[in-house]
Amino acid sequence: MKQVSVVISTYTADVSGVCSALYELGGMVVIHDPSGCNSTYNTHDEPRWYDMDSLVFISGLSEIDAIMGNDDKLISDIIRAARELNPQFIALVRTPVPMMIGTDFEAIREILEEETGLPVFYFPTNGMHSYVQGVEMALAAVAEKMVDKEVGEEDLMPDILPVNLLGVTPLDYSVNQTISSVKQYLEENGCKIISCFAMGSTPEEIVLAGNAKVNLVVSASGLLAAKKLRERFGTPYVIGLPVGSFGRTVLDKIRAAAGTHCSLTAYETRSKNDQKQTVQSEIYLVGEPVIMQSLQEAILQEYGKNTRVVCPLEVREEILLEECIVTEGEEELAQVLKNASAVIGDPMYLPICPKKVEFFSLPHEAFSGRIYRKEIPDFSNVDFLRAFFEKERNLDDDKNNCRRK
Amino acid sequence: MLEMIHGKEENREDPEILFMKDAAWPVPFRPGLEYNSPAHGTWNIVHTGMLIPGSHQIYVCAANCNRGVVLTAAEMNATDRFSSIALCEEDLIDGGMEDLVIDGVSDILQRLQRKPTVVLLFTVCLHHFMGCDLEYIYRSLRERFPEQRFVDCYMDPIMQKGGLTPDQKLRIGLYACLEERKKNSKQINIIGNDLPTEENSEIIQFLSEKGYIIKDITRCHDFEEYLSMSESFLNLSFYPPAKVGAEKLSERLGMKHLYLPNSFDYDEIDENLSRLADLLHTESPDTRERRAKCERKLARAKEVIGDTPIALDATAVPRILGLTRLLLTHGFHVVRIYMDSFSPEEKRDYQQLKQMAPELTVCATIHPGMRVFPREYKEKLLAIGQKAAYFHQTPYFVNMVEGGGLYGYEGICTLSEWMMEAYREPKDTRDLVIRKGLGCESCI
Repeated sequence: MKQVSVVISTYTADVSGVCSALYELGGMVVIHDPSGCNSTYNTHDEPRWYDMDSLVFISGLSEIDAIMGNDDKLISDIIRAARELNPQFIALVRTPVPMMIGTDFEAIREILEEETGLPVFYFPTNGMHSYVQGVEMALAAVAEKMVDKEVGEEDLMPDILPVNLLGVTPLDYSVNQTISSVKQYLEENGCKIISCFAMGSTPEEIVLAGNAKVNLVVSASGLLAAKKLRERFGTPYVIGLPVGSFGRTVLDKIRAAAGTHCSLTAYETRSKNDQKQTVQSEIYLVGEPVIMQSLQEAILQEYGKNTRVVCPLEVREEILLEECIVTEGEEELAQVLKNASAVIGDPMYLPICPKKVEFFSLPHEAFSGRIYRKEIPDFSNVDFLRAFFEKERNLDDDKNNCRRK
Repeated sequence: MLEMIHGKEENREDPEILFMKDAAWPVPFRPGLEYNSPAHGTWNIVHTGMLIPGSHQIYVCAANCNRGVVLTAAEMNATDRFSSIALCEEDLIDGGMEDLVIDGVSDILQRLQRKPTVVLLFTVCLHHFMGCDLEYIYRSLRERFPEQRFVDCYMDPIMQKGGLTPDQKLRIGLYACLEERKKNSKQINIIGNDLPTEENSEIIQFLSEKGYIIKDITRCHDFEEYLSMSESFLNLSFYPPAKVGAEKLSERLGMKHLYLPNSFDYDEIDENLSRLADLLHTESPDTRERRAKCERKLARAKEVIGDTPIALDATAVPRILGLTRLLLTHGFHVVRIYMDSFSPEEKRDYQQLKQMAPELTVCATIHPGMRVFPREYKEKLLAIGQKAAYFHQTPYFVNMVEGGGLYGYEGICTLSEWMMEAYREPKDTRDLVIRKGLGCESCI
């Protein structure tokens, strides 16, 4: 059954996705929920919780308030907290029970806006979709409401390209060196980072995002914001993560997008013949599709190995190459992985891999939470895979020698 | 970071901190939005459910609810004892919820290589609101898998403000597999604790000396040992959330029950022992020497800790006011207690503390103001409990939850030792308090 997980984890859901995306932007996020969502979020989905304050709360919905439709309590609690804590905006996040009972969040949003004078966002999450949907709807709202319409030209050298990074949260990138390395790489190669949606940028930097000439979408959850910024400012976007030598390709695409105003997918580079080899590969990369498809390119360029990407997440089609395998549920994924000789993915996928498979552990915070956080590498280069692919090459050599004999 | 952004108004009508003299009974703080601190050492339903040897937990819920429980299991290295069925929108409207649960559980059981002793099946708030036919689900599952035991468990926090919490319900479910057996008049159960009770506590020693065998789920090595709890004639419960579980079990299997809460009041400790002795038709133990030992230990701890400020929180011990009163009467400099409501069991301590320590500060833990509450303490502070340690950012703390398995006079002696040790040896607060389920394996 698709909905059954006998042994593997589940991805962070949309509710936590919204919280993660808005964490550093100075707002007050209210999850309308009885209990549990806040603990789950701050324990397993939010590595910043201990060290960095952010106003994320639950409403503490009770059975009687749900049955009687007592939204007044929610409204008055939010107003009271907002008066005391002075957030820059309020975000309402829906969970399964309010969805089921049909809480009128639009009306609540309007009342709160009127009463507090603050911008109020409502995110129709229901805890049944992955973080990708939550992050993307939150970042799209940021792109729509928080970025200044009238943008001043940045005083930059003519050959410097202003760029935003879209789709950055700890759920995909944890809190290690990766994003700093990506920024450094881009800035050393003629780009200027205007803002990062939404980790490591202040709300004041986000406001200036309209100044960018290109938006770089580094995870599936950044695509909707990219579309929103394109709609508002005409900014083209490029999908891809600069990983190792694939970084050159990403840079070329960024320049091409700036020149042509066309949006591009950086990892869409392969000829039909290459695609065929990819499909035949028995090395599977399982995880977030923008990161994995970028990694796939970098692996090919640096280790000469074809790999195949498996996406277990619900994402927009535009993110995925034709040869990417999309799976739904543990059983389907296990079926796909039966064909693998090697798997690179989160260690919590190991129990459903065939026993003989060579497994390389590449933890993903949105899947295994904080358990393997210390092992998450800096994705900006693929040196962490060197030993694995050298072993793969030796295995190939052995096979070829056997065949010759 | 946001402390700089969010200023707080002074003289607010809804403060997160107040003096004991101003603290209203039983809820001193106005309910509102809720904050959740990163101190997570208390046990949740996953940890407690794992106490049944060989059991397997199945959660039927939305991904967001599942995330917290599946990773709790993973962090305690028990993913092989955990499965889930993810709910999606269509399941709420297509009228097939019962079939989904039955087929999903069946699929899991067929695919599990090692068949569990017991399946703890957790349904959630949505099932309650849908009016899901749980009876039909369990009846069908028992028909399909006649060899398998199923226990109805609940992750329905929406119900907890007006009834039993999921934690209390689980402490009923934990013993649901115990069936009628011939009673052993020399066997007694301790019911509903997450942590084993100290072996050298006077209650255990007293029972052992009288020849009683004590059974406790926290010490059951296998399923048969767990089942043998059915043979006990008496159930003891110490931990407030366990009381209802012990009552239900006693009623169902015709056992006697005594609720003997862990107290920090010498007279109440004696009274508890006396009630137990009466029920066993024996004499109450002489506790004068134990009482004197407590006094010596507390005096020694006071000598070491001196006037260092002390803060306590309610996750450390169920009777936080009782412990505060004990410490204050022995000269300790208790400056703050962290709690969101007072326990109904502590009315007397509440009244006494209002008189005895009117300037003691009472601080909420879930109040939204606690998100930006200054978390620094310039002078050395000893905390008892993880939340107190977190809010003060002190490395000097007693790392304990749910009473830590301490009980009675001996518990007070051990706590005195722990306080001295915590005072002398700093701990890595950040590393320790974020770990879930203190006492369970932690893989992070």
